[in-house]
Amino acid sequence: METITSIKPLLAVLASLLVVPILVTSTRVPNVREAWTFVAATVKFLIVLSMVPTVLKGTEIVYTVAEVIPGLAIKFRVDTFGMLFALVSSSLWIVTSAYSIGYMRGLKEHSQTRYFCYFAICLSATVGVAFSANLLTLYLFYEMLSLATYPLVVHHQDPEARKSGRKYLLYILGTSIAFVLPAMLISYNLAGTLEFAKQGFLAGTASKPLIVVLLILLVFGFAKVAIMPFHSWLPAAMVAPTPVSALLHAVAVVKVGAFSILRMITGVFGTNLLLDLHLGTLVCYAAAFTVIVASLIALTQDELKRRLAFSTIGQLSYIILGIALLSPKGMIGGMTHIAMHAFGKITLFFCAGAIAVATGKKYISQMVGIGKRMPVTMIAFFIGSLSVIGLPPCGGFISKWYLVLGTLEADQMLMLFVLLGSSLLNAAYFLPIVYKAFFCTPEESMFENKVQEAPPWCVVPLVLTALLSIVLFFYPQPFLELARMAVEGLLGG
Amino acid sequence: MSEQYPALLVVVPLLSALVICVAGWVNKRLCFPIAVAALGVAAYSCIGLLLRVLDEGVIVYKLGGWDPPMGIAYYVDHLNGLVLSVVSVVALLNLIASKKSIDQEFPDKIGPFYTLYVLMVTGLLGIVVTGDAFNLYVLLEIAALTGYGLLAMGEDRAPLAALNYLYMGTIGACFYLLGVGYLYIVTGSLNMVDIAKILPSLYQSKAVLGAFIILMVGVWLKMAFFPLHAWLPNAYTYAPSAASSLIAPLVTKVMIYVMIRFILTVFTPEFAFNILAVSDSIVWLAVIAIVMGAILALAERNLKKMLTYIVIAEVGYMVGGAWLGNRAGMTGAILHIVNDALMTLCVFLVAGNIVYKLKGYAFDDLKGLYRKMPFTMTAFTVGVLSMIGVPPTCGFFSKWYLILGAIRAEHWFFMGALLFSSLVNAVLFFRIIEIAFFEPFTDHHAHGHDHQPEPIDEAPLSMVVPLWIVAAALVIVGIYTSDIVTKIIQFAIPEGIL
Repeated sequence: METITSIKPLLAVLASLLVVPILVTSTRVPNVREAWTFVAATVKFLIVLSMVPTVLKGTEIVYTVAEVIPGLAIKFRVDTFGMLFALVSSSLWIVTSAYSIGYMRGLKEHSQTRYFCYFAICLSATVGVAFSANLLTLYLFYEMLSLATYPLVVHHQDPEARKSGRKYLLYILGTSIAFVLPAMLISYNLAGTLEFAKQGFLAGTASKPLIVVLLILLVFGFAKVAIMPFHSWLPAAMVAPTPVSALLHAVAVVKVGAFSILRMITGVFGTNLLLDLHLGTLVCYAAAFTVIVASLIALTQDELKRRLAFSTIGQLSYIILGIALLSPKGMIGGMTHIAMHAFGKITLFFCAGAIAVATGKKYISQMVGIGKRMPVTMIAFFIGSLSVIGLPPCGGFISKWYLVLGTLEADQMLMLFVLLGSSLLNAAYFLPIVYKAFFCTPEESMFENKVQEAPPWCVVPLVLTALLSIVLFFYPQPFLELARMAVEGLLGG
Repeated sequence: MSEQYPALLVVVPLLSALVICVAGWVNKRLCFPIAVAALGVAAYSCIGLLLRVLDEGVIVYKLGGWDPPMGIAYYVDHLNGLVLSVVSVVALLNLIASKKSIDQEFPDKIGPFYTLYVLMVTGLLGIVVTGDAFNLYVLLEIAALTGYGLLAMGEDRAPLAALNYLYMGTIGACFYLLGVGYLYIVTGSLNMVDIAKILPSLYQSKAVLGAFIILMVGVWLKMAFFPLHAWLPNAYTYAPSAASSLIAPLVTKVMIYVMIRFILTVFTPEFAFNILAVSDSIVWLAVIAIVMGAILALAERNLKKMLTYIVIAEVGYMVGGAWLGNRAGMTGAILHIVNDALMTLCVFLVAGNIVYKLKGYAFDDLKGLYRKMPFTMTAFTVGVLSMIGVPPTCGFFSKWYLILGAIRAEHWFFMGALLFSSLVNAVLFFRIIEIAFFEPFTDHHAHGHDHQPEPIDEAPLSMVVPLWIVAAALVIVGIYTSDIVTKIIQFAIPEGIL
């Protein structure tokens, strides 16, 4: 594998970090502050984008920041898989920033500067995770993200926020200190390195029982992926403002968890090691359990954001399931699902937020007939639902298609039924919302028959992401190609 | 000039202390600049010494030109070069940061306070620099006696707490002296290097064993190693801010240094780890110290007292790390001397700032602090992250080595205790952060931009700037861990330890 050294990965991480002091100093002029957020988001996206051609040529970009422990450096390595994730999160940050303005101003939220600052820090950490070359760097940015998200989760500063914040920290910080930290040190002691390798660095260094212990510690340690039984922080974190739920708890934070586990499976253990020891199935079952149970719980939730949260828990485990199948198609499906689910789910959250801004409604039972009041929002909601369920013509279909092929390839019939059953459940908890929004008798309708949408800052982003979900069905190439190259690099190269 | 550094770093503060005492009678305002100048010279000499050691290796300085073992010799190697620099820098920063609080807390005792302060630092620096076991005892008493005085100047309950400490501290010092006495009886020498040369033939002697045990117990009493810790929490809690933020970061760490010095230089690792075969039991004691320190801290509803129990848990980190008997553990222990001194200084300075502004340090006093004192609380947050062990703060890296040492020694309970303590620290500190961030609850909605935040009521700049320097140091030291380990600590540990 060809590598070149370039400072670009560091710049991509720093772009959103360096803007924080500027945001703080421009507190008094909100328009200038928001302009700076856009500048940072655009610059970040462009830096990430400028690395795409290099990565597509099969070259990796490396940059060593500092050697903090003898032999262990804070180091970036941009490969195809990391690029996929960085592209998704940095592009969606631009859209979310626009949406944030509409949402935060629409609801006259307090402490907006703090909000935008920590949002920027979160994005730095996310891209840092995506570009990490070793487990130490990944852990550093993972923790940075955990802590930077806390002020956003507890934004409202009321007793409920405090309770949720506590739960959030307990799960996220607790698992990373109690599970990941010892697993990282034990691995380091075994292998003498933490550098992600194509077929992992643990192969041949440890006995099977120890590998099993490490696998369990590392899969459950990254609790951001909300795999059961470490999932209940995610519904609790829904007290945050909706843009936070949209970008962080549907895309950045939770997928950092999924991304980390994927990195562990491919970069630390290596697919061959797990295949030899038949450990992929172990992870598969944990993920499958989460997929089904989370979908069932989602059916019972009346609060829209909580239903979306449980849906996210299930969808995240799709990604884990895809990778844990350890078959090429399954892995492509898992990786692509990071992008496809992101665009679909962020649309749904944007819609939930737009409804809250325009009508103040949070519960699904209060949304009968809302389609007549907010047609654009609800059509976008429908498109987002289709994508998450995995129906054409939406991007979600592509990743689910590969996941299904993966189960066939790996000869895991049970997992095939899990995927199909979950799709039915997804349809069961999403489509009634859309149906009742549009098709109800005038008596049933809870809204006046007059179109009144949320402010344009809210509506335009959600239309955009909904359209992108459709575009990704016809042109899935950027993400699909990156995922295909990543899997080829891991298995074929 | 630079040949005289070892003498300067003790003599200058010692004489300055006397000058400060006299100056206090003439004009109180002279005391502070003299103290700063004295500790500035000491810090300059210490850092100069460390740099020289890095260049030239071990430096031996014969006081008055008398040859050891008759005369007193100061030995400066990588280990105490590092500890000297930390002690002198921490003492200097704390002195500058504490000026306002000293002025506020006892305007009529400024002269005596600075005198004791500088004398105490003299004692601590002397303990670290000396190569003579008896001389160490003398300096130990200087540091201890001045320490009692400083601690007793605090609140109403401070004199009683300091008296308690005096009893326990004196017992500890006596034990140490007895241990040195035994060593003197069997070896006829008080010079550490000299004793180390004579001891190997006497390893089987019961007297040496007795000396070792009694000496260790004495040192443990002085460092508040659980269950010999009972004197510490009250003494540090009720002390004046300036005294607790000097003594909490330094005294326990200097005693850890003494313990490591005796393991590495006097008794040699061969004797301590292999012949005695007590390492495992001592690590178990450390496990208990860490867990108990953490649990006792959980029970407190008072910031300063909670911090004192964390100090006790951290002592367990370092004792355990040193006694794991491998290179990673020892590296962790030595690195943690540096890191913990800085971390403890950071959080105690924060406590000082809070006391200065609010006159209280119970949890209930901390409500709304993020709005009232944003700069202090930012530094506090950095200190907290380091205490929990979040990269890239330095606390993470010493924990890294300690856990690695535990893994290599296959001492899983010590690893568990370290992780447990990290988790408990997270709970402890986020509890405070919650109070300072959320309470008092107000309705923030519907205020929007019109909402007028409470006015900022921050501590003076002379307190905040040193605090921020310490907070920045936590991150910078963390990032330079690799250099500190490969250039300094690696040479501080004998090659025999793998």
